[in-house]
Amino acid sequence: MAMNMQRTIFTLVLACSLVALATPASAEEQVSPPRQKWSFAGPFGKYDEAQLQRGFKIFREVCSNCHSMDMLTFGNLADAGGPGFSEAQAEAVAAEYKIKDIDDKGQPTERAGRLADHIPAPFANALAAAAATGVAPPDMSTLAKARSYSRCFPWFVFDAFTQYQEQGPDYIAAYINGYKDPPSGFVLPQGGHYNEYFPGHNTAMPPPLQDGQVTYDDGSPQTVQQYSKDVAAFLMWAAEPKLVERKRVGFQVMIFLIVFAGLLYFTKKKVWSAVH
Amino acid sequence: MSGPSTYQPTNRAMRWFEKRLPIGGLIHSSFVAYPTPRNLNYWWTFGGILSFMLGVQIITGIVLAMHYTPHVDMAFRSVEAIMRDVNYGWLLRYLHANGAAMFFLAVYIHMFRGMYYGSYKEPREVLWILGVIIYLLMMATGFMGYVLVWGQMSFWAATVITNLFSAIPGVGDTIVTWLWGGYAVGNPTLNRFYSLHYLLPFAIAGVVVLHVWALHVAGQNNPTGIDPKSDKDTVPFTPYATIKDAFGLSCFLIFFAWFVFYIPNYLGHADNYIPANPAVTPAEIVPEWYYLPFYAILRSIPNKLLGVCALFGSIGILAFLPWLDTSPVKSGRYRPLFRQFFWLFVIACVGLGWLGTKQPEGVYVIAARILTFYYFAFFLIVLPLLGIFEKTKPLPNSISDSVLDAKA
Amino acid sequence: MTTVSSAEHSRRDFLYIATGAIGAVGAAAALVPLIAQMNPDASTIAAGAPVEIDLAPIADGQIIKVFWRSKPIFIFHRTKKEIDEAKNIDVNSLPDPATDAERTKPGHEQWLVVIGICTHLGCIPLAHQGEYDGWFCPCHGSQYDTAGRIRKGPAPKNLVLPPYAFLSDTKIRIG
Repeated sequence: MAMNMQRTIFTLVLACSLVALATPASAEEQVSPPRQKWSFAGPFGKYDEAQLQRGFKIFREVCSNCHSMDMLTFGNLADAGGPGFSEAQAEAVAAEYKIKDIDDKGQPTERAGRLADHIPAPFANALAAAAATGVAPPDMSTLAKARSYSRCFPWFVFDAFTQYQEQGPDYIAAYINGYKDPPSGFVLPQGGHYNEYFPGHNTAMPPPLQDGQVTYDDGSPQTVQQYSKDVAAFLMWAAEPKLVERKRVGFQVMIFLIVFAGLLYFTKKKVWSAVH
Repeated sequence: MSGPSTYQPTNRAMRWFEKRLPIGGLIHSSFVAYPTPRNLNYWWTFGGILSFMLGVQIITGIVLAMHYTPHVDMAFRSVEAIMRDVNYGWLLRYLHANGAAMFFLAVYIHMFRGMYYGSYKEPREVLWILGVIIYLLMMATGFMGYVLVWGQMSFWAATVITNLFSAIPGVGDTIVTWLWGGYAVGNPTLNRFYSLHYLLPFAIAGVVVLHVWALHVAGQNNPTGIDPKSDKDTVPFTPYATIKDAFGLSCFLIFFAWFVFYIPNYLGHADNYIPANPAVTPAEIVPEWYYLPFYAILRSIPNKLLGVCALFGSIGILAFLPWLDTSPVKSGRYRPLFRQFFWLFVIACVGLGWLGTKQPEGVYVIAARILTFYYFAFFLIVLPLLGIFEKTKPLPNSISDSVLDAKA
Repeated sequence: MTTVSSAEHSRRDFLYIATGAIGAVGAAAALVPLIAQMNPDASTIAAGAPVEIDLAPIADGQIIKVFWRSKPIFIFHRTKKEIDEAKNIDVNSLPDPATDAERTKPGHEQWLVVIGICTHLGCIPLAHQGEYDGWFCPCHGSQYDTAGRIRKGPAPKNLVLPPYAFLSDTKIRIG
C-alpha cells in the first residue's frame, strides 16, 4: 500500500515539475534581481547606522525632490534602531525645512520644522505631482515592502527557512543600477526609460543617480552601486522602523517557547506514563 | 455526559454559587472528568489550537480596533500608525495578520483530519455541518479583515469578490450595489466591512460553543473509528488531553512565532503596502493563500455564473459529506483504497492552491480544470462508490485492543 | 496504579511546578503588550512636546489661552493692581495655601502661567470674572484669584502650574 502511494506521489511531483518547466513565460515576467548582503537580514540583523545616514542624505538631496515620505517624522530620525541621529541633530534637520501652518489669524503661513512634523511632500497632491513629473512618483514610506519579485518553487519554500525578507531592497538596489540602453528590437514608448529589472522593462522614472552626485563624509565610495545600496537600506528602515526591536523580542520569545515546549513535553510524558 | 454532575466543590462559597449556577459542574464534566479516547494522536490537538487562535484573533483584533480608523482617507495611514507609533503596535498587527493565516492552516488540518478518520459520519453529522458553518464564517471574516487595510490588494480583492454576485441572473447588479452602498467599492463598503468584521468572530465563537456541545454529545472520534466500549478505552480529559493539547499548542506557537517575528510579510502580498488606488489595477489580483484553491476553481470554469456556482459549491459540498460517503467503516486506517484517493484529494487541493497564483491561461487552466474535476469527483463519484466496492481491513475489537496491538 | 516512591514524587512535582511557573511567566509577559498599547503612542507623545510662546503681543491685564498636551494654559499678563491683590493676603486663610511668589518665576512676577482646568471636576473657568478678579468656573461656582488660587467654591486645589521656563523676557517654553 505504502509503495503504491509513494509511486503515485512521485509521478505527480514529476508531472508538476515538467509542467512548471514547460509553461511559457508571461508577458510581464520579471528578471530576478541579484541578492545583496544586508546588515539587517537574518534573525540577528540590525540596521547599519552609517548606511542609513548616507541613505538619508541621498533621499534628502535627490529623491525628496519628487517623492514624498509622508509617514516619517523628523523625530523618527532619532529613534532607537534607526539612523542614530541625536535629538539635537534631528531638531536641526527639522529646522531646515519650511512647514506649512496657519497663523493666529487663520491665514496660511510657513514656520520652521519641529521633531513632531512629518517630512513635507514636494507636491501638494498626486495630480500636482503627475503634472510636474509625468507619472505621480509613489510615496516612499512603505516602498521597500511594496516591491518584491516572485521566486519559483522550491526557492520560495527555502526562503521561509532562511528568513529571506529583503526582496524589496534587493529589487530597489537592482532597479537603480538597472538602467541601460534597450536591446535591439525592443520598442520603448515615448517618455519611457529602459530598466532591466522593472517588470516590462519600461519605467517612467529617469535614472535618478549618477556617480559622484552625492558627497559622502565617511569616505564610502560615491558610486551608483553604493548609492543604490544605501538608499535601499534607508527605504527599508523607513518602511520597517521596528525591525531591530522585532528581531530582539523574537529571539526572547523563541527561547521562551522552546524551553516551555520542552517542559510541556516532559510533563506530558510524565502524565501519560500512568496510562501506558 | 447527560444528567447532573457528580462535581462537589470543597469551598463553601463555591458550593453556594454552584447551587445557583452550576458552571463549575459544567466545566468539570466537560473538560476535567470528560472521558476521552486514550488513543488520540496529535491531529486531535488542533481543536484546542483553533480555540486558542480564535481567542488570539479576537483579543488582538479588539486592541487593534482601538487604533484603526475605518475611512478610505485614513485607513491605510492608521494601520501604518499602529505599526510605527502605537506601543507594540507592530507586534499586535503582525500577530493578527499572521494569526489569521495560522487560524486557516489549523482549520485545514482539522478538516483533513475529520475527512481521513470519518469524524463526519453518524452520529457526528451535525457536528461536521456546524464546522462547515464556522469555516464559512471564517472565510467571510478573513476576507473583510483583509479589505480593512485598504491597500491595493484590499481594494481590488473587494471589487472582484463583490462583483461575483453580479453573476446572479436578474437581481445580481442590484445586490452588488446594495453590498457596495455606492457605485463602486468605497467608503460605505469599508465601513460596513469593519462593522461586520468586528461582529462575525463573536458569531464564530457562538457556533464554536454549539460545535463543542455537539462533540460532547457524541464523544470524540478516534483513529480506529470505533466507539469506546468500556472505561479501559478512555481517560479523563484533564490531565491527559489537557497536557497533550498544551504541548501541541506550544509547538504550534513556535511555528507561529517564526512567522510573526522573522518572516512577518512572507504570506502577504507586497502590493498591499501600496495605498488603494481605484484608477490602477495591480498586475495580478491574488487572494491570501487560504483562498487560493477556491480562486483556482472559480477561474477554471469559463462561464461567469457557473464559475461562481462552482466556487460556492466547492465549499457547500462539504456539508453533504456525511451522506456522500457510504462506507460503514469510519477510519481511513482500515480503508486502503480510500486512503489513496484521500491523499490525491489533498494533493489536488494543494495543486489548486498553487494554480490560484498563476494566470488562468495555457497549461495552467487545463491543470486547474483537471484538478477541479477531481475535487468534485472525489465527493460525488469516488466516495459514494467506495463505500459499496471497497474491501476494508478488519477492525480491531476495541480501542484498548488496538493500542495493545500497536505495542506488540 | 503502581506505587510511586517519594523521590519520584518530588521529581515529578518539580517538573509540574517548573512548567506551571514558566507558563505563568509567559501569560504575564503576553499581557504586557496588550496593556502597554493603551498608553499614549509615539505620535501623541511627540505632539506633547514643549511649546514656545511669544509674550510680547500680550497686553497689560490680558489673559490668553494656548494649548499644551491638549490642555488649555492661561497666560496672564498681570497689572500692578492685580499683582498687589495677589500679594496682600493672609496665606493661611486660603483653602490651598500658597504665596504669590511660589506661583510665579522670580523676576517675572507679572506673568502667571497656569493650567486652565478647574481642580474640582475639570471645566474651563472663565477669565476676568468672579469676586477675586481672577477666574470663575460656571459649572459649580468655584472662584480663583489673580494668582490662580482657589478662594471660594467646591474646588479643593489652586489651578495647577505647568512646567515652564523663561527663555527670554518675552518668550516662555511650556513643557
